[in-house]
Amino acid sequence: MLLIHCPYCEQERAEIEFSYAGEAHIERPKDPSALSDAEWESFLFLRKNPRGTHFERWYHIHGCARYFNAVRDTVSDKFLMTYVANKPRPSDLEIEEAKNGL
Amino acid sequence: MDYRTSSGGRIERTVPISFTYDGKTVKGFKGDTLASALLANGIHFVGRSYKYHRPRGIMSAGSEETSALMGIDRGPGRFDTNTRATTQELFEGLKAESQHCWPSLRWDIGVLNNMGSPLMTAGFYYKTFMWPRTFWYKFYEPIIRKSAGLGRAPKAVDPDHYAHLYAHCDVLVIGAGPAGLATALSASEGSAKVIIADELSEIGGGILSDPAVQINGEEAWSWLESTVKTLSERDNVTILSHTTATGYYHQNFLGLVERLTDHLASPEKNIPRERMWHVRAGRVVIATGAIERPLIFGNNDRPGVMLAGSARTYLNRYGVIVGNRPVVVTSHDSAYMAAFDLASAGAKVNVIVDLREDISTDLIKQAKQLGIEVLAGHTLTKANGRARVTSVSVASLGPSGTVGPVRKITCDALLISGGWTPSLHMFSQSKGTMIWREDISAYVPNVYEQNVTSVGGCNGQFGLSDGLNDGADAGRKAADAAGYKANSSRSYKVEKEYPCSGIAVEELPGATGKAFVDFQQDVTASDIRQAVSEGFHSIEHIKRYTTTGMATDQGKTSNLNGLAIASSALGRAPVKVGLTTFRPPYTPTSFGVFAGHSRGELFDVTRKTPIDSWAEDKGAVFEPVSLWRRARYFPKAGENMHAAVARECKATRTSIGISDASTLGKIEVVGPDAAEFLNRIYTNSWTKLGVGRCRYGLMLGEDGYIYDDGVVGRLAEDRFHVTTTTGGAPRVMATMEDYLQTEWPDLKVWLTSIAEQWSVIALNGPNVRKLIEPFVEDINLSKDAFPHMAIRIGKIFGVPTRLFRVSFTGELGFEINVPSHYGLAVWQQLIDEGQKYDIVPYGTETLHVLRAEKGYVIVGQETDGTQTPDDVGMSWAIGKKKPDFIGKRSLTRPDLVADNRKQLIGLFTNAPGYVLEEGSQIVAENSSSIPIKMIGHVTSSYWSETLQRSIAMAVVEGGRERMGAELYVPMPDRVYPVRVVNPIFYDPEGKFLDA
Repeated sequence: MLLIHCPYCEQERAEIEFSYAGEAHIERPKDPSALSDAEWESFLFLRKNPRGTHFERWYHIHGCARYFNAVRDTVSDKFLMTYVANKPRPSDLEIEEAKNGL
Repeated sequence: MDYRTSSGGRIERTVPISFTYDGKTVKGFKGDTLASALLANGIHFVGRSYKYHRPRGIMSAGSEETSALMGIDRGPGRFDTNTRATTQELFEGLKAESQHCWPSLRWDIGVLNNMGSPLMTAGFYYKTFMWPRTFWYKFYEPIIRKSAGLGRAPKAVDPDHYAHLYAHCDVLVIGAGPAGLATALSASEGSAKVIIADELSEIGGGILSDPAVQINGEEAWSWLESTVKTLSERDNVTILSHTTATGYYHQNFLGLVERLTDHLASPEKNIPRERMWHVRAGRVVIATGAIERPLIFGNNDRPGVMLAGSARTYLNRYGVIVGNRPVVVTSHDSAYMAAFDLASAGAKVNVIVDLREDISTDLIKQAKQLGIEVLAGHTLTKANGRARVTSVSVASLGPSGTVGPVRKITCDALLISGGWTPSLHMFSQSKGTMIWREDISAYVPNVYEQNVTSVGGCNGQFGLSDGLNDGADAGRKAADAAGYKANSSRSYKVEKEYPCSGIAVEELPGATGKAFVDFQQDVTASDIRQAVSEGFHSIEHIKRYTTTGMATDQGKTSNLNGLAIASSALGRAPVKVGLTTFRPPYTPTSFGVFAGHSRGELFDVTRKTPIDSWAEDKGAVFEPVSLWRRARYFPKAGENMHAAVARECKATRTSIGISDASTLGKIEVVGPDAAEFLNRIYTNSWTKLGVGRCRYGLMLGEDGYIYDDGVVGRLAEDRFHVTTTTGGAPRVMATMEDYLQTEWPDLKVWLTSIAEQWSVIALNGPNVRKLIEPFVEDINLSKDAFPHMAIRIGKIFGVPTRLFRVSFTGELGFEINVPSHYGLAVWQQLIDEGQKYDIVPYGTETLHVLRAEKGYVIVGQETDGTQTPDDVGMSWAIGKKKPDFIGKRSLTRPDLVADNRKQLIGLFTNAPGYVLEEGSQIVAENSSSIPIKMIGHVTSSYWSETLQRSIAMAVVEGGRERMGAELYVPMPDRVYPVRVVNPIFYDPEGKFLDA
């Protein structure tokens, strides 16, 4: 039973309170009609599948019902850090600091 | 009992026990396991092996047992197969039976497999039974199915119940042998909360087999007794015996399975059979010890061949001598301890065959004193005998490994030891990485990924002193880390322990005959070499191709031997070959304990509306819709579903039908940007929707396919009451929140789920207005003042209401929304007042039929996540002037505008009485010979009481172009011709709707 730190509730909660919400930092195009089929396909379907650090979103569905972002290692399944929605992608240094601090 | 010592052991000699084995009565004592009791009676031959049906005996004394598997009968519905006799505690009246043999253990027809054994080597499953092709179904498969598997699967529902428990602790100690106990003692000195668990029936681990060793001047069992007493008296300590740590998960979350009743003759009915402890530990200390490794030589699987340390356990713990004339073969010092103890107990130990040239003089001296001959630098070529080992073939080893002349030594038991393997299962599951230690030819823990450490045998420290002192240290540190200053300064001094060491030998030189590596899967050393020669070089492939390590013992006694043989064959060091992944559960675990109470009625929540109790009272037949239960139909006496639905449909179209629509999702969308928000979410345009009007909203995914739908009412400029499908409610809410929070946070909109806040009563039929008019306040119900698709606020029966004029049936319809706690009362009043109109309650089945008669689509019935609005004839719902909405861009994707997409149509069967089966395939030719191109399928199909014939909706390629055409539905019995028609079967002009 994974524990996930909700950055809004500021608490570690059991994974059953959350649901996964896909890759993070994918901005919905402001004017979808202006995109080519290939560009639109990329937005719709193409996602990273890294072996290692993955930036992703989680939804605290059975808690505060807010969406937030997380940096998780897909190999060790460890959460390196979580941060509120609409913040930019953290730098490598920020992630390193969070990893050591946690 | 010929093989029981007259005193000693930890069994209760004053409590004799009778049990049956294969129908025969056998005697033992309280404290025995099934295995120790059988051995006490001289019974060694207890099973037949999986593939070759070879006679098998008892290999060990613990949960690593490979061969002594039995069926245990605990009463009706309580038959457990593949139970290890070494872990099954004896109780009065226990019924055990041997398995995997017919007609009996001794005369088993399966032994004929032995003749085919040259063909049954590694990978034979993939190579045989392939030809001729037709023989597979008629001949091979039925026979293999009958003889496959191990043991007899239970057929009755498990009558026991199982519990779950959640516990937090500061320190969890896995294993209550000396190292674990020392850990727990130190850790619990302050007030740190400590849980210590052990799989055995009593606490003590390894020292239960070694009473003579001394700890801090005390004899082992005396130290054990006082230690257990100390720990039991501490409030902050929980001691769990009969408890296996079965899985190590994320962030120090572990599953422990506590067995409560399998060792009791008549357990109380209210006790769960097993309990799953979900433990979240601040720190874990693993003290799981080590498992002895067998030696690989010809016929090493004969009954009477046993691990030396296990023989010592049978003697010292259970007072059982496993053989009067045992021979010991070893590459490790520890087997000498077993030999000495057995000799001291009266067994005639003639010989110790040691594969090593160099042996400690102390050991040789002690052996001599006990009359035991030590053959240093000798090997065993094979064990002789069939249903029992009768002799061993022994030879000397030359300097370059040459094997000398063979001589036979008689024996009635053969005790073997190839060294010890640290038990790394829990460590590995915690995702730590191992390192290879050449001196013990085994892996040990290296890097820890969680708050955990290992002590004792599982850490490669086999000495008792190391285990105790490391444990004390680990316990202290764990308590400190948890914030409890442990004052403990305990240390341990051990006496009368011989420091054992040894070497690992891959396969004994000169071995002839079948040399088994994995006893339970019948995998031999040559199987592993064959796999390598056939090109399987990864240890994962070797494992799966040979099946070594894949039986219920999960390779506890075979993984490292298999690794050694594979490495040798590959010409690579073992550390470069590696081990396969350790996975939970550690030992076979019942499904029941994982399920706990989540079975039957408690498997899932059943959500009920406030009106549900009325429906139940009236004998409604229910169906599950998502987590809700909804009334499907309300049968009167003697009615089946067909009759009930026909009556309900007719009543609704001729007078009044009443239905509970409370389960539908409802969301209140509020704010200055509410309309703009809805414009972006739905296909429709909302800006111009007047206050007090409703519109059917269609929601797509970004991929352009239909996602959900529902009627939306505008209560104010900045307030909308949005409805969704019952099943889609949570995900529509989640999607709306997602866009609002993360894509358009600048919009001033607030969303509130009001799904449970409103009860919804649907009234449909020509007499509805007449029924409710006298009871509605503040609303003008007339046709002009309150048109179809409008919403008004007022009161009904004095209760506040949001009154929607909507219809899913095609008749004049209203949906009365009242605060949910008024739902039942308002429903009851409508029923009472409706009697004069012959009001009839109807369920979801009638709901489906009536809407189908009008060609209304149900999301999830006509759609499956791959339909665009145009596919189902809903292009009209798209706001053409909107710059963007979810799904708009995708609607112009090439595939979504392609020709020949499946489109919604209606179907009439040529035989009007025949109701098509939902899901049946549609083809263009009158044929049923396969293969034939499927051009669509039936999505909804009913008997229409209104039309007095069957109707169906379907999606078919280019459906709208095929109006009037004949198509065909091939079924197993015959092909049914159908005609393509307009899916709006009833009142296409909508004049009843507009009443």
